[in-house]
Amino acid sequence: MLIDWFTVAAQVLNFVVLVWLMKRFLYRPILRAIAAREQLIAAQLAAAAGQKAEAQRERAEFEAKNQAFEAQRASLLSEAVAQVQLERQRLLESARQAAATMSAKHQQALRNDADKLNQALAQRVQHEVFAIARKALADLADCSLEERLVAVFIEQLQGLEASAQQQLAEAIALGTEPVLLRSAFELPAAQRRLLQDALNHCFAGEIALRFERKAELLGGIELSCNGQRLAWSISDYLQALQQGVDELLQAQPTAATQP
Amino acid sequence: MHLSPDDIIFWQFGLFKLNATIVYTWALMLVLVLGSRLITARLSGGHRRSAWQNLLEIIVCMMEKQLGEIGLAHPQRYLGFIGTLFLFVAAATLSTVIPGFEAPTGSLSTTVALAACVMVAVPMYGIRDQGLRGYLQTYLEPTWIMLPFNLISEVSRTLALAVRLFGNMMSGAMIIGILLAITPFLFPIVMTLLGLLTGMVQAYIFSILAAVYIAAATRTRKLRPQSST
Repeated sequence: MLIDWFTVAAQVLNFVVLVWLMKRFLYRPILRAIAAREQLIAAQLAAAAGQKAEAQRERAEFEAKNQAFEAQRASLLSEAVAQVQLERQRLLESARQAAATMSAKHQQALRNDADKLNQALAQRVQHEVFAIARKALADLADCSLEERLVAVFIEQLQGLEASAQQQLAEAIALGTEPVLLRSAFELPAAQRRLLQDALNHCFAGEIALRFERKAELLGGIELSCNGQRLAWSISDYLQALQQGVDELLQAQPTAATQP
Repeated sequence: MHLSPDDIIFWQFGLFKLNATIVYTWALMLVLVLGSRLITARLSGGHRRSAWQNLLEIIVCMMEKQLGEIGLAHPQRYLGFIGTLFLFVAAATLSTVIPGFEAPTGSLSTTVALAACVMVAVPMYGIRDQGLRGYLQTYLEPTWIMLPFNLISEVSRTLALAVRLFGNMMSGAMIIGILLAITPFLFPIVMTLLGLLTGMVQAYIFSILAAVYIAAATRTRKLRPQSST
């Protein structure tokens, strides 16, 4: 007999026990390990997806920030350019004004220098003219300059128009202070007496006189009283001389440019 | 020369006896369980794992995949039974290379026992899946006239399972035994390799057929609503 029924029963039992043992020691642990690994992988994939999403979100945010930064930079730059233009205009304007002021100052200084020079020249010329005139008069007419000046002034006084003489007389009559007689040089006593006599004669009374020396008078005599003034000087001659010199000076550069 | 390891009796007391079939089965059980225990004692749920764990995972996953392909809805539920069938038969086949070792599957008693287990497991899974009434109704499919033929097929396929495995295993062992007695070394070695191949194929066929029977018993109800539509 090939089939031993006791063995069959024992083998069935053995097999059932083996199934239980294999389930306990093989399938369940293995399946659990596989499930754990699948879970781990799924978790890692989910984490990776999450990280990817986070990275994409951060990237989008970064790009947005970058764009905003670019826009801000451009606006700031244009603003700065505009401000620089304005500042440039302002600086140019102030520089122009400063240059104009300096130029004006310079011109003023030049004018002042020219005036001073003119004045000095006039005085020099005056002195020279006086010196020449005095020497010429002494050599030719045996007469001093002061004498001639006083004589001329007296002539002018006597030759005054009636209205002018009237005005002068009123001024002298109203004046409380003595009549001031200024001259470019110290008047000798004889000339002072002549002048006193001439005035006494002209205005019919004793006129109080006060003599004063003033070098700027350009070699003349000036009588002033209460706002009225009578004077003679060589300034007219000097002006004519200056005009002649100026014409000569202006003619020289044009002559130099036209050889 | 023994035709079956049942005939080698180590110890006997009345009806109880300890023959080579039972003893070698215990040895195989010990190897299988201890091997599994050793490997699964240090299982890793992470990415790094030992080569042995990889091997076991490959075997288990492959069996699960095969069961799924056959049509079992929840392969993990049947993995314990069908997987153990396969592993036991395969281990028994591999053990034939050990000199003096008698494969327990070479005994008709063992193959009958395995076939009986399948014969019990099929209605058991069927009833668990679709209830007693639903399962019994499958015997009346497609008409009640088929009832005797269904019953006959149930018994005959169990017998076929048992005899097929026994015949293949026993014939291999027998041929090697005979050839060892009459020819030099080379030919029995080739025959042993052939025997290993047929043994592995038989292990595969046995477990696949069991899976097909179980699938047929559990799938009927699921197909019915589809066919009615």
